[in-house]
Amino acid sequence: MVDLSVNLGDIRLDNPVIPASGTCGFGLELAEWYDINMLGAISLKGTTRDPRFGNALPRIAECPSGLINSVGLENPGIDKLLSEKIPALRAIYHKPIIANISGFSVEDFAFCAEKAESCPDIDILEVNISCPNVHGGGMALGTDPEVAAAVTRAVKQVSSKPVFVKLTPNVTDIVTIARACEAAGADGLTVINTLLGMRIDIRTRKPVVAAGTGGFSGPAIFPIAVRAVYQVAHACRIPVMGCGGISTAEEVIEMLMAGAAAVQVGSASLVNPLACKEIIEQLPVVMERLGLKDLKQLKLN
Amino acid sequence: MATERTFILTAIEPVAAATWRLQLSGDTSGLRCAGQFVMVSVPEFYLRRPVSVCDCEPGLLTLIVKVMGEGTAALCALRPGREISLLCGLGNGFDLSACPKGKEAMIIGGGVGVAPLLLLCKQLREADRHVTAVLGFNTKEDIFLEKELEAAGADVIVATADGSAGCQGFVTDAIRMCVLKSDYFYACGPRPMLKALCTQLRQDGEVSTEERMGCGAGICYGCTCQTTSGPKRTCKEGPVFKKEELVW
Repeated sequence: MVDLSVNLGDIRLDNPVIPASGTCGFGLELAEWYDINMLGAISLKGTTRDPRFGNALPRIAECPSGLINSVGLENPGIDKLLSEKIPALRAIYHKPIIANISGFSVEDFAFCAEKAESCPDIDILEVNISCPNVHGGGMALGTDPEVAAAVTRAVKQVSSKPVFVKLTPNVTDIVTIARACEAAGADGLTVINTLLGMRIDIRTRKPVVAAGTGGFSGPAIFPIAVRAVYQVAHACRIPVMGCGGISTAEEVIEMLMAGAAAVQVGSASLVNPLACKEIIEQLPVVMERLGLKDLKQLKLN
Repeated sequence: MATERTFILTAIEPVAAATWRLQLSGDTSGLRCAGQFVMVSVPEFYLRRPVSVCDCEPGLLTLIVKVMGEGTAALCALRPGREISLLCGLGNGFDLSACPKGKEAMIIGGGVGVAPLLLLCKQLREADRHVTAVLGFNTKEDIFLEKELEAAGADVIVATADGSAGCQGFVTDAIRMCVLKSDYFYACGPRPMLKALCTQLRQDGEVSTEERMGCGAGICYGCTCQTTSGPKRTCKEGPVFKKEELVW
């Protein structure tokens, strides 16, 4: 028997697989395909202070080994998250819930974090300072170490929950941002969000997504994510959720070996809603093949 | 309930210009009704492609695909015997009960949007509704499903934009010229056609819309449209919306 459990700071997960924010809706969407209680945890769709429709359509562009999305943080707002989405999920799901919050200013994040504080069903707060699809916020807050630290500090001041800051890879040195968040009190980091990308329709001579640019994700970014996780995990003491392009159990183990404490699976669920289930079922098989008894403290030789 | 299943491509044949009929065998139990769609996995492409269900009987699925880009070209180049993964039974589908028993239904399709009308016609006929089908194409070479719809019991009117077959003009012209009457309409096709129908036809109706999709399963929020009752996902709460729900 192999042991799939991992520790994410003080929280024990039955296995390291977590659907990434934006690729599992608010949980119920995935629950139509399988029993989501088999997941390690779940990270819900990014939520802002006010409801948002998001960007104009089209929001999706096909890419080699991936996709660009420019959804633009469509969400019903923090109040509806707390009054409707999370209670509906909790009724069918008993594993940890990660609430992903986003905003356009330090105050927006503090506002959402304070609201989330009243919700005992939220186990972890994920602070999204890395969304490439909104202007004047999102990623702009995650590319400057001082602003990233200010957001982290403001959230920590009003929240008693474990706070994981989700970082963008669209920076010169991700370690600088990671260290700034750690110093500001982050309990952990999610590494990485999507890469800023663009496709052009050569027939219409227009960008494929209406917003022009969007976040690039999928298997193509996996090596970038492994590198970023490796750099951050070896520069910081706080736990890292490794995210970016994972679609197989082997890649979960690779990400853990890079230094992640747990992993998030994103785009794979958009191609196959059963992706996380199939990866979790495959993990013991791959572990046995590799002679691994558990997934904690997997290190490079 | 929607399912992921492996189907076998048993036949593929051209039915009109750049338009192919794909016959697939596999577990069709995930499909509930006409107007639903499947997400088709295409070799060498990352995202699945949404395709409306043209016809379905237990174990046998018919899709009609028009080559629009590289993905649909790759799909139409597949040979019989090939295994294809499908997400089956997605979307809400048409509401047959919206057209009361014994009443007249008009089913209207434009271009490849004609595809889902066959199963719709069969289900409406089974439920004892009279069906008039109005099919709009650009030109004669684009016409498909005319005979199949007649065989399924519909009175079929064809319109072509260039006048090379049937009435000359759009489906709205054909409806006006032929003085077609009905109690309720169902439509699928390009957005300008749907807009014209929803704004010009007096009777109630519903239309199947098309958007570029990510997952097709309500997960990614890539295809949300604005409606009179708030934002709705084309793939999940749609693709069929009531005439009065849509914002043009």
